[in-house]
Amino acid sequence: MIKGTIDKIAGPLVVADGMREARMYDLVYVSDYNLIGEIIELKGDKASIQVYEETGGLKPGDPVVATGEPLSVELGPGLVTAIYDGIQRPLDKIREEAGDWITRGISIRGLDHEKKWDWTPVAEPGMKVTGGEVLGEVPETKLVVHKVMVPPGVSGELTWVIGPGSYDIDTVVAKVKDGSGIRELRMYHTWPVRKPRPIAEKRAPEEPLVTGQRVIDAFFPLGKGGTACVPGPFGSGKTVIQHQLAKWADAEMIIYVGCGERGNEMTDVLQEFPELEDPKSGEPLILRTVLVANTSNMPVAAREASVYTGITIGEYFRDMGYSVALMADSTSRWAEAMREMSGRLEEMPGEEGYPAYLGTRIAEFYERAGNVLCSGGDRTGALTVVGAVSPAGGDLSDPVVQATLRVVKVFWSLQARLAYARHFPAIGWLDSYSLYTGNLKEFYDRNLGKNWAPMMKEAISLLQREANLQEIARLVGAESLSPEDQLILYTARSLREDFLHQNAFHPVDTYASIEKQKAMMEVIMHVHEEMSKAIKNGVPPKVLFDLPLKESVARMRYIPEDDLSSIENLKKEITSQVSKAIEQEQTA
Amino acid sequence: MIREYTTTVEISGPLMLVDRVEGVAYEELVEIQLPNGEIRHGKVLEVDSRMALVQLFEGSSGTDITESKVRFLGRQVELGVSEEMLGRVFDGQGRPRAPFDTNPPVIPENMRNINGAPINPYARDYPAEFIQTGFSSIDGINTLVRGQKLPVFSGNGLPHSAVAAQIARQAKVLGKGENFAVVFAAMGITFEEADYFIRDFRKTGAMDRAVVFMNLADDPAIERIATPRMALTAAEYLAYEKDMHILVILTDMTNYCDALREISAARKEVPGRRGYPGYLYTDLSTIYERAGRIKGRKGSITQIPILTMPEDDKTHPIPDLTGYITEGQLILNRELHKKGIYPPMDVMESLSRLKDKGIGEGKTREDHADLFNQLMAAYSAGKDARELAVILGAAALSELDRRYLRFADEFEKKYIGQGEHENRDIRETLDLGWELLKLLPRSEMKRIDPARLDKYWPVNGKTG
Repeated sequence: MIKGTIDKIAGPLVVADGMREARMYDLVYVSDYNLIGEIIELKGDKASIQVYEETGGLKPGDPVVATGEPLSVELGPGLVTAIYDGIQRPLDKIREEAGDWITRGISIRGLDHEKKWDWTPVAEPGMKVTGGEVLGEVPETKLVVHKVMVPPGVSGELTWVIGPGSYDIDTVVAKVKDGSGIRELRMYHTWPVRKPRPIAEKRAPEEPLVTGQRVIDAFFPLGKGGTACVPGPFGSGKTVIQHQLAKWADAEMIIYVGCGERGNEMTDVLQEFPELEDPKSGEPLILRTVLVANTSNMPVAAREASVYTGITIGEYFRDMGYSVALMADSTSRWAEAMREMSGRLEEMPGEEGYPAYLGTRIAEFYERAGNVLCSGGDRTGALTVVGAVSPAGGDLSDPVVQATLRVVKVFWSLQARLAYARHFPAIGWLDSYSLYTGNLKEFYDRNLGKNWAPMMKEAISLLQREANLQEIARLVGAESLSPEDQLILYTARSLREDFLHQNAFHPVDTYASIEKQKAMMEVIMHVHEEMSKAIKNGVPPKVLFDLPLKESVARMRYIPEDDLSSIENLKKEITSQVSKAIEQEQTA
Repeated sequence: MIREYTTTVEISGPLMLVDRVEGVAYEELVEIQLPNGEIRHGKVLEVDSRMALVQLFEGSSGTDITESKVRFLGRQVELGVSEEMLGRVFDGQGRPRAPFDTNPPVIPENMRNINGAPINPYARDYPAEFIQTGFSSIDGINTLVRGQKLPVFSGNGLPHSAVAAQIARQAKVLGKGENFAVVFAAMGITFEEADYFIRDFRKTGAMDRAVVFMNLADDPAIERIATPRMALTAAEYLAYEKDMHILVILTDMTNYCDALREISAARKEVPGRRGYPGYLYTDLSTIYERAGRIKGRKGSITQIPILTMPEDDKTHPIPDLTGYITEGQLILNRELHKKGIYPPMDVMESLSRLKDKGIGEGKTREDHADLFNQLMAAYSAGKDARELAVILGAAALSELDRRYLRFADEFEKKYIGQGEHENRDIRETLDLGWELLKLLPRSEMKRIDPARLDKYWPVNGKTG
């Protein structure tokens, strides 16, 4: 323990004297309130500390105690369904202790140390183990089996494992003999949040994270273990997209980090997730979710820590061999917290006052995502990271957006113009991109057939041609375009309105399996082919565009998942309607 | 323990640097006695083992280095709260504000730190109860719910004051005789504007259930930093201790942000966009996030902050950061204002994020959501037709387009437009919506559930 005294207080920054022996990023307790802080700069005897709680009322001369440990989280059974603040204090327990407002100096551990869990051993004495080896299993919720692992850095011979039974997390469940003696392992261990957890090997994403959102899965897919960013101005639906992903993505664990956002939004998640069902298991979604909520009015330094707390918990579940998806809403608020601390430290600012190391921090954060071979076993796990960015004025030249785009592989560009026209999700199809299309081609070929990729290519090219044609149409009127070009406009519109547009609040339309997406896309492209033929046969476009098939195509989205054949059957209906139009044209 | 110093070494703008201080706490309240005996207030912005940096609420004119006495009061900035505050007018620091209020100070029931504490997100209850403002353009389209924070984005010369006063006058929750009050904080507005509000509140009787905090344009700018926090502290007391439903109106947030910029500049901080400090978002959120409802408590705080967008620019840092924190925005439109439509509400660009949970059966009426969608679709089509008419001439429009155009005109005139003393209840608003839709062919009602359409617009109705 290193004891010092406060020298200076400026907002969330406290400078302490007499801290020569302290280490960078050590956790400290400040003043008699025991406010939690972290050392972010050392200069001679002085340590600069970012304090995670309100600093009003602190005085120079108040005590500061460094624990000698970095800011860490507790990892073990009890994480799932929890809601934490930025430094892993459970908000429900804080409420029990302190009431409806978050007061200062509350110290509550991240996990419940009294609750008993059903333990089944997996490892056997005599085995050689290393960090990551699974010792036993605990059914944490109906959806998540918690695998208790040897903590990273521990290896040796397993000398003893506790038998099946019901234990709390402080119980010693295994003993490992290494060079220095016997180490007792409990059901949980701690891990510093700023240090990535070790893995055996990183691989390129091979499978898509199916989200049930058509514009994402079909046009701009995200690989499991990949990274994506969603920038957009306010009101463009960033949060709705993040919520939709948290609800429907086919990950086994969801970590949702509300970083400097609205309190009511977190309440919405808290009230909705216990009621919503997981599409695969039918169980409430909350049973596979961990929430980290540091709303905008909570202390700014804890906001800076919240994304690290979230991603460390994500890595822990990844190490168990799960596919984990982490949503961070919004990384701009995290960057702003960095900027604020940097300003108080009087560092030389980079672009727009952000610290010069902004890009490095962002890259380090996203680099913790990945499709990995877990250490200590032949499991594979994946940690997918989706970060929302809130650029000032919706301007993408914002430093946070630019630094993020340099590292992420998927860019979903939210556009105010689309949101204004009530086209949701407002992901622009011309600007967005996914660099995973190549990696995932094999998966799509295998699951949706070889014609999926060329069909998507065609769809995108139609939308691009629409953008060009629209400019001409605006000048001369759509009727003056050639029949072929008119058809392109028709099909592109159908792609936009019947496929890309998706209603997050409609019980059926909110989620579309990739099979349904394929069926819908085939129908739209089938319409295009049939009409092309008809136009070649001289049928006037207007006749075709007024055919009743339009209505059925528009209603495809509301057809439930167990009735996909009725989407496929539409094709016959379309063929017959168009052929009839050709016949009538020829007889006339 | 009161400690008095005359060791001021520097005064610059609203900041005062005091040397050789001891035991001074961060954020501590400070009293400064000027050579002429006048007392000013301030708070500690930064402190180290030698010096304290003090921010003066009333500005620094008249202060000096040699004689001004600086007293540290050993507590933070507080507001004395009591139910007696209702019907009173205070200045930006919570003292009765002459000439609007000449009564003696309120005897406080208790003292509260004006910074408040963040509501635990786990303790929040999701806002879902409809508030009737009497404006069709709000109630019918961008519905306000209890516990929401919904700002008005206005521009210079637009009638946001009239709109705010009307909301304060008319707002109520349907069907329940619950305790409702308005807390009004004015920051940097002119005497005329302030006088307008007070007169209006007095004339309509709204004053009896209002608490007013006034910082006028010629009052010290720095006092504006405290004003909204004073108001919200009073609001929290009334809402959560006295079970009242409080509507907080903050006007004008642009003046508040400018005051914040002034201090930031005086401290020589690295400026962010347009000279505003990098922590503007965090600072605004500590005001806006104080709206809400809490599980197990009866009262609620609903906020309507008003801000004037410089040059009507929505991407200016103040509206931009506000929009990222609040749950939607009501935007006033200059074009509608020029057409003589009051309130000039831009219903297309405005948005209430919490609307969906506050409308429908048991809250407003079952047809509300469908009706809203249909009205928006029709208005949008009507506006498109209007644009087309400008390019091609009205004669070139199809019959249907002409009907849509007429709809858009009538919608603006009758639905958005209403009188300054016209208080429409939600039923009237919804029925008016149906009436206007009947300007269009019934077959165009694609967004409305067929069963509901039959109920509210039977087939044998007027136009078909």
